[in-house]
This record gives sequence, C-alpha cells and structure tokens, in this order.
Amino acid sequence: MSRVEHATLSSSVGIALIGVTLLVLAFAPYWGDRQTLRLLAEIFTFVALASLWNLLAGYAGLVSVGQQAYVGLGGYLLFMLTIFLDVHPIAAIASAGLIGALVAIPVAGLIFRLRGAYFAIGTWVVAEVFRLLASQISVLGGGSGISLPVSVVLAMAPTRQMREFETYWLALALTVIVLGAIVALLRSRHGLALTAIRDNELAAQSNGIDVGRTKLFVYVLTAFGTSMIGALIFLQKLRISPDTAFSVNDWTAFVIFITVIGGIGRIEGPIIGTIIFFVLRQTLSDLGSLYLLMMGAVAIVVMLWAPKGLWGLIAERFNWQALPLRRHLVLKKETAGKP
Amino acid sequence: MQWFNIILQGVLIGGLYAMFAAGLSLIFGVMRLVNIAHGDLIVLAAYIALVVTQELALNPLTSLLLVAPAMAIIGYALQRGLLNRTLGDDLLPPLLVTFGLSIIIQNGLLQLFTADSRKLQAGPIEVEAFPLMPGVWIGILPLIQFIVAVTVIAGLQMLFYRTALGRAFRATSDDQSTAQLMGLDTRHVFAVAMALSLAVIAIAGVFLAIRANFDPAIGPARLIFGFEAVIIGGLGSMWGTLAGGIILGVSQAIGAQIDPGWQLLAGHIMFLAVLAVRPQGLFPKVSG
Repeated sequence: MSRVEHATLSSSVGIALIGVTLLVLAFAPYWGDRQTLRLLAEIFTFVALASLWNLLAGYAGLVSVGQQAYVGLGGYLLFMLTIFLDVHPIAAIASAGLIGALVAIPVAGLIFRLRGAYFAIGTWVVAEVFRLLASQISVLGGGSGISLPVSVVLAMAPTRQMREFETYWLALALTVIVLGAIVALLRSRHGLALTAIRDNELAAQSNGIDVGRTKLFVYVLTAFGTSMIGALIFLQKLRISPDTAFSVNDWTAFVIFITVIGGIGRIEGPIIGTIIFFVLRQTLSDLGSLYLLMMGAVAIVVMLWAPKGLWGLIAERFNWQALPLRRHLVLKKETAGKP
Repeated sequence: MQWFNIILQGVLIGGLYAMFAAGLSLIFGVMRLVNIAHGDLIVLAAYIALVVTQELALNPLTSLLLVAPAMAIIGYALQRGLLNRTLGDDLLPPLLVTFGLSIIIQNGLLQLFTADSRKLQAGPIEVEAFPLMPGVWIGILPLIQFIVAVTVIAGLQMLFYRTALGRAFRATSDDQSTAQLMGLDTRHVFAVAMALSLAVIAIAGVFLAIRANFDPAIGPARLIFGFEAVIIGGLGSMWGTLAGGIILGVSQAIGAQIDPGWQLLAGHIMFLAVLAVRPQGLFPKVSG
C-alpha cells in the first residue's frame, strides 16, 4: 500500500522549533520590557498580513496592491463598533473580520472582471474609494481621524500594563490563528487545488478545479483575516485616520517586499521576510526615504535573480520545509500473507 | 450655463487624463505590461522639466524639446536593462518590479527634492482666457493642453495603423514568437514602445506641473486616473482612451461641484459603474 504524507524530517524539526518559539513568545510579558512587547506585536501583525497576501498572490495568483482597503476597513470597524455599539474590543475584532468578508463579496464581483495586472490596480482603486469614504464620515473625525475613547480602552483592562499584555497576547493569538488557518487550508483539498493553481492555472482548470470559485473563496477568506488584523493594528495604535488606515506604503508595499524577499508562494517566506524586514528597519531606519529606496531595489533584485526568495533558495538547496505541507508519496512493500 | 461651464472644464482636464492613459495603454497593447510606476514616471518628468526650466531659463513648454527625448531615452534603457527581463508567462515579476520601481522613484525624488510642493511657471499664458459665450470662459492653457492631447492620441493612432513601426507593434502584440521568426527583434520593439510611452508621459508631466502643484507622492493617483480612463474607454482603443479621459474629467468636475470632497470619489464611482455595467469599456477595440 502506498500513501501520501506531508511530514518530512525537516518539517518535524520545524514544528518542534516553532513550538518552542511560540512558548517563549507566549511568556514574553514575563521577560520582555514594554518596548520589546510592542515591537514583537508589530512583527506578529506583519507576519499575519504578509502570510495573507502570500496566500492571495502567491497561491491564488490574485496580485492585489489594495489590501490596505481591508486593513483600514477593519480599523474603522473596530472604532465604529466599540464607540457606537459598545462592543467589547475583542468581539469587535472578530466582527470586523466577518464584515470585511461580507464586503469582499460584492467587491470581488466588480474587480474580478479585471484580469492580471489590471486586477491589481482595480484593488487599489477600491482602497482609494474606501479611504475617501472614510474621510467623509465626520463622526469619526473625517480626514483628520479620531482617537479611541478612554472608556473603550478601559473596558479592555483597568491597568495600562494589563492592557498591553492583553494586546500582545491578542496579537500573538490572532497571528497563530491566521497562520494555522492557512496551513490547515493548504493541507486540505482546497489547498491542493490552490497549489495546482499556483503552479499552472490552465493545467489546474483542465484537471477539474473550479479556478474562479477557488479564487473567490481565497479572496474573501483573505479579506476576513486582513480586516481582523487591521482592527488589531488600530487597537494597538489607539488612533485612526484615513491616511494611516489606508496607507499603501505601510500595508501593501512593505507587505509585498516582505513576501517577495522571504519567498512568495511558500508559507515560510513571509515569516523569514518579516524577520529580515525588521532587522533592516531597526538598523537602517535612520536613513529615512533612502531606506525605502533600498527596500525597493532589494525587492527588484530578488524578483529578477531569485524569484522564489530567500526561503525558496534554502528550501531547494536543502530540500527543507518548516511545516508539513508538501505532499509526497510513501511506497510500502505489500506484505505477504495479509489479506 | 454654470453646468455647461463645469462640463466644459471637465472635458478639457479629461485631455490630460487621456495623456496619462495613452502611455499606459500603448505599452499594455504592445507587451501586456502594466507599469505600476507609470504615475511616478509622470512626476519624474515634471521634476526633470523643473530642473531644465530653472537651469536653462526655458519656458516649460519649450523645455519639452529636451524633457521628452530625455524621458524616451530613460524608457528605452529601462526596458532593455530591466523590464524585458520580467516579461513572460508569469504575471508577478513585471508587476512587482514596476511596483519596486515606483517606490524607488518616489523616495529618490523625495531625497533629492524634499516633500515641498513645486510648480512650473509658464508665464502670463497660465491665466489668459477668452470668452466662448457669456459666462463661459476658456483658458488658453487648458485649451492648448486639450489640443495637444488630441494630437498625441491621433499621432499614436496613425503610428499604430499607418507606419512600419506600428506594424511591428501590432505584430509583436498579436504573436511574439511569430514576429520574432519574421525577423523582428522584440526586445528592441518593446524598448521603442516604452520610449514612446515615456515621451508621452513627459508631455503629460509638463502639463500637469504647469496646471497644479506637484510633489514626489502624487504619482500613484495619476496612475489610477490613467488606468480608469483606459478601462472606461475600453482596452486597446486609443480614441476610446480619449473618451475615457474625458468621461473621468467630467465626472470629477461634476463631483467637485456637488461637494469638494466628492471630486475624486465621483471619478472612482464612475469607473466602478462602468466596470459593473460594461466591463469591456465603452468603446472597446473591435476584435478581428
């Protein structure tokens, strides 16, 4: 009998390493200071955003440069739900995800009419429409934005320290959930379909995969995750304005660079990319716009000469995978005497 | 009469949008490349014109004699050196490379010229106008801009359908490998198309910079206007692109009249409405 397995030695080591890292990170409030916690929480949100974009662009082939639409939508939903409807911030994050997914359905109906690169710019137009609409909502501060009221902040936790711990754990938990959901999706039947679409859309279609429906599913799912992360980001920031919420640089350019440099179309890519991005940012951020210029140049170089990114180079050289995703056939000899 | 005036001004600004769109449409037609850095290249042209007008004390419109060839050379080099490597079946490389390019141009300009708003001074022509009828004035500069836009579109149309170069463009667009078999160097053809696109960008950039303030960050919005004009007009049709630009300009003018905050929103909504009702655009190229 032969069967299909996902796990390899490297993935077992990977899982063990990830488990230990998660444990260490979960206890970060006990060993890290306030600044470390904030930095880590920011890193988590970028891992999640990049992983979601990777699922969308790397697997489903839907290259969006407008995911800031959902980051901003999530952020604004958090503010609306907590301020006007007295929803608890954590419940508001979950609701923001749901509403984001609902909004994504009609949006997809429109922009799925555009192909390839035109789809990319179409997503950007949608994000611009969201930004302009947000600046028209005068009860939320219009163009200049609004801060989260003290009452909402206090509803989370009475002390500042407790609140910071809570946001940190929330960021960690949400990122683990997003990554876990992506891994579960990729290991499922849909994941096999997605990987097939990633490798060759035409071949996937001719093997009976409903490419359109799979793409719609991934788009809506990504909107769900991105809106939740958006809500979380602005719960950390405690202040929102149309320009920060729908910033193409922060929520799309950085996320694309992270994914491309780390390795697009692989689950490990965004994680590696985020680590590189933050190491560069911590060391080079004094350079200001020159730093961004360098990020752009590095992304171009990687795209042209190592299109699978850093993790792609490592994975191919050593045949590693950090998570058990790839399917491989295990051949077993038929044992005699067995019925 | 007030509304007639608003629509007229919208039509005139639409010419500028059509020029944003023409370069985008040209390279998409020839090599299926969507240049995300298109808007930033428009701004780059404006800054080159700024330097040329300041250093040589030229009128911005005269400076085009230098800026357009300079942009064309940049375009040729960009295509040969970088963008040709990205073309192929995979959609990601051209998109991400031009996206990276967009970030590089924006931040490079920010580094060189700071975030201050600039403007090109074209002299008294900027404010001159003549009355079309009582209550309706037409500015000389918007009129020149519109006439130039129509000329550029007509020129591109002629080039596409009446010249050997246009034939080479259409051939590579239809079937790249057959065009190569017939002896066309597609790398060169693509580079010429990009050079042409950037020459059009130069014209658009200079008119943009005379009309209004500019700074390094305004590129992406110009890309979006150009893109919307292309889609509204219908892919592959130059005259459709002009119509698309005009429709976008008029929508924005009407939106701005209703509420200043609605100027851009009205343009985007027009675009989304066209996408919903007629996704192939209003005047798509007749296939066959």
